[in-house]
Amino acid sequence: MLRNPPVLSVKNLHVAFGSVEAVHGLSFDIHRGETLALVGESGSGKSATALSILRLIEREGGRITEGSIRLATSQDPDTTVDLASLAPAALRKIRGDRIAMVFQEPMTSLNPVMTIGAQLGETLMLHRGLRGRAAREAARAALARVRIPEPERRLDQYPHELSGGLRQRVMIAMALVCEPDVLIADEPTTALDVTTQAEILELIEGLQRKLGMAVLFITHDLGVVSEIADRVLVLKDGDLIEEGRKSDLFAAPQSDYARELLAATPRLGDGAPAPLADPEPVLQLRDIVTSYGGGGPFSRKAPVTAVRGVSLTLGRGETLGLVGESGCGKSSLARTVMRLVDPVSGEVDLLGSQIEALDHKALKAHRAKIQMVFQDPYAALNPRMMVRDLVTEPAYLHGMVPDGGRAAMARDLLERVSLPADAENRYAHQFSGGQRQRLCIARALSVSPQIIVADEAVSALDVSTARRVTDLMARIQREEGVSFLFISHDIAVVERVSHRIAVMYEGEIVELGEAAQVLHAPRHAYTRRLLAAVPRVNTNMTFAGDASEAHAPRAHVPS
Amino acid sequence: MIAYLLRLAVKAVVTLFAIVTVTFVATRLSGNPIDTFLGEGLTAEGRQALIDYFELDRSLWHQYIAYLRGVLSGEFGLSFVDRRPVTAVVLERLWPSGQLLLASVALTVVVSVTLGVLAAVYRRSWIGSAVMVVAFAGYAVPSFILAIVMVLTFSYWLNWLPVVGNDTWRHFIMPTIAMSGVLIAALTRFTRNAMLDVLGQDFIRTARAKGLGELRVVLKHGLGNASITVISVIGLQIAGLAAAGSVVVESIFSWPGVGQMLVNAAILRDYPVLQFGVIAVAVAVVAINTLTDIAYALADPRIRLARA
Repeated sequence: MLRNPPVLSVKNLHVAFGSVEAVHGLSFDIHRGETLALVGESGSGKSATALSILRLIEREGGRITEGSIRLATSQDPDTTVDLASLAPAALRKIRGDRIAMVFQEPMTSLNPVMTIGAQLGETLMLHRGLRGRAAREAARAALARVRIPEPERRLDQYPHELSGGLRQRVMIAMALVCEPDVLIADEPTTALDVTTQAEILELIEGLQRKLGMAVLFITHDLGVVSEIADRVLVLKDGDLIEEGRKSDLFAAPQSDYARELLAATPRLGDGAPAPLADPEPVLQLRDIVTSYGGGGPFSRKAPVTAVRGVSLTLGRGETLGLVGESGCGKSSLARTVMRLVDPVSGEVDLLGSQIEALDHKALKAHRAKIQMVFQDPYAALNPRMMVRDLVTEPAYLHGMVPDGGRAAMARDLLERVSLPADAENRYAHQFSGGQRQRLCIARALSVSPQIIVADEAVSALDVSTARRVTDLMARIQREEGVSFLFISHDIAVVERVSHRIAVMYEGEIVELGEAAQVLHAPRHAYTRRLLAAVPRVNTNMTFAGDASEAHAPRAHVPS
Repeated sequence: MIAYLLRLAVKAVVTLFAIVTVTFVATRLSGNPIDTFLGEGLTAEGRQALIDYFELDRSLWHQYIAYLRGVLSGEFGLSFVDRRPVTAVVLERLWPSGQLLLASVALTVVVSVTLGVLAAVYRRSWIGSAVMVVAFAGYAVPSFILAIVMVLTFSYWLNWLPVVGNDTWRHFIMPTIAMSGVLIAALTRFTRNAMLDVLGQDFIRTARAKGLGELRVVLKHGLGNASITVISVIGLQIAGLAAAGSVVVESIFSWPGVGQMLVNAAILRDYPVLQFGVIAVAVAVVAINTLTDIAYALADPRIRLARA
């Protein structure tokens, strides 16, 4: 078998932050036209590796302590330069020209005070010496290449005028403006909606085919890997756990960790809990309308209606999944249910009491019946309060526990969420993300609520951690009969926990039904679109059956 | 942008109206201004003449309307001391004060932005630490101490610089430094913090990933964004300087500006000059704030392009 030399070859890479080593001797090659996925959970060293290749790691407080990163020179693929030891000036010539990068956060990765055209032009000036009209034309072509509508107009726009998906397209256009040999994409779709993610993945794949570049794709999401990768490296705690072709990995993972990761990854079609037979309703919403702004006489903006006439019912012991993309109004609905915002019209019936018009005093008694768990467990826990006080605070405020009883109550709550009892004397920062989310759940449980509203409660967690948290929620539901309103943008996670699913789109519930029915026989066009966009982890994938590989003319890849 | 400017104009007019009104209320609340400002040594007839002249025996409402009418037509009365219109007395003082203020602002911006950027970029080396030590020390020295030390050193001992007046550029050196000292210290720290914040942002990493040199990353992408926050603080500080700083410094250096005039008017109890002087300073502060808002919008497209 004829072997082309790799365009990028990493050997024995060690990366350290201070005295802590984050990557312990990683080696891999990437070839022209190939997509290599670097998969791992937080702390696996995947982003440190990505940032090391362009030596951007040095600006993040890390350094390459050992190893080489050899890039084939553009003149002769058999000669290489070592990026790990290259002088800064020579390195800058490679950045943005031969190796380019796309980052996770399109909202913050573009300079807010420069126009799109100026930001693209900067790269063109630097690496191609283009300025004025020629640079503008090249920038316009770059935007057109990533299929941004009205590219000419975009050149004079600022990032804040574009949506997240468009900004990520701009980032990709900027990365590809000099047609690099290697594109490093660090979680490029993680911050995007699933339909936008599908578009961006397709775009990257198409451009790779056209330009023949190598793509190093960093992600935590095995679904995305199965969509885009040729080969996969699985990292854990800075070590390479498994390496292989995508089809091999998904069909027969060799390592325990890869198997665990695959098992934890929510897969659409894995099956949802069977629907409950006619449960007693605990929460009923009728024609809820919620809007923001436009209230006072000094308001400059017209009111924005986030929720438009939503009606739904949550039964005792039931989990109702609420899915939708960002801006669809699902969080506004949650806030309305909690009466954190007041509805413009409609009725909220909580355990037989109408609460939508109660004042704060009258509402307090009802607040104990319904509790909320938020997305970001780092922001949701007061860093200055001890866990004992954190988890018992709602019960204490509702007068359900005397001051002296809080320690005992905290130990009981911690046990129920499978945290060690001695955690009561610690502070939130001493816990991992998954443990913090357990603390949030314990806090919600302290007042023995009948309903818990979980707003993207596992979205910020690694897949294996998220799996454990959703399992915990299911156990609590079994044992205590709590109802969950489970809100998520991730339809596969929703399927795993929900008896019924409501699909929200532009402030309305467009489809509501038993989980299996919504997922397998969707009635609404938007539900179908949402389902089609979800990346599938296909364990039965074979080499021949992989459509993307069938089309792509590629260099030979060493096996 | 046009809607934004209109909003600024409305804001400025409303603020000015409030200032003019508060000035009126404050002077009337503090008792009979004749007694407050002229005190003893006034004959009963003289006192009555003044009360008639200022219509102090009429209702407050009447006085207020008369006062507003005067403000709108530019009539602020005559100075007690030299019997000239107060507007003329104050206006001839504005330019020297303005010159000193402009010089101080220019010095402050150049020095503190340079130092602040250096302190941020070299935060882990001795350069950053040295800048911060100087900035902290400068913050602790009041302007009158700085002025007196400079006068002693450079005028009395070394005899390099003149102390009194505003005739040549050499007259500007010490008053400008005295005015800027505390401001430079404050703004250096502020610029450093703003730069540190911006340099940690994702788009700075994007800029480096493009292959841009450090100078362009720091100045174009870093300072370009940090300037938004720096501008808002500069505006506030300059306004404070215009209102208060000039009084001390102009007195020490006998600078023929508004600050010195206000001090003299207070000593001589020249009540109309004092009142109009305060209004003039207030107008200057409002003008500076409005200019700051405009500069802010120019630096930040998110403000400039916001829908009205």
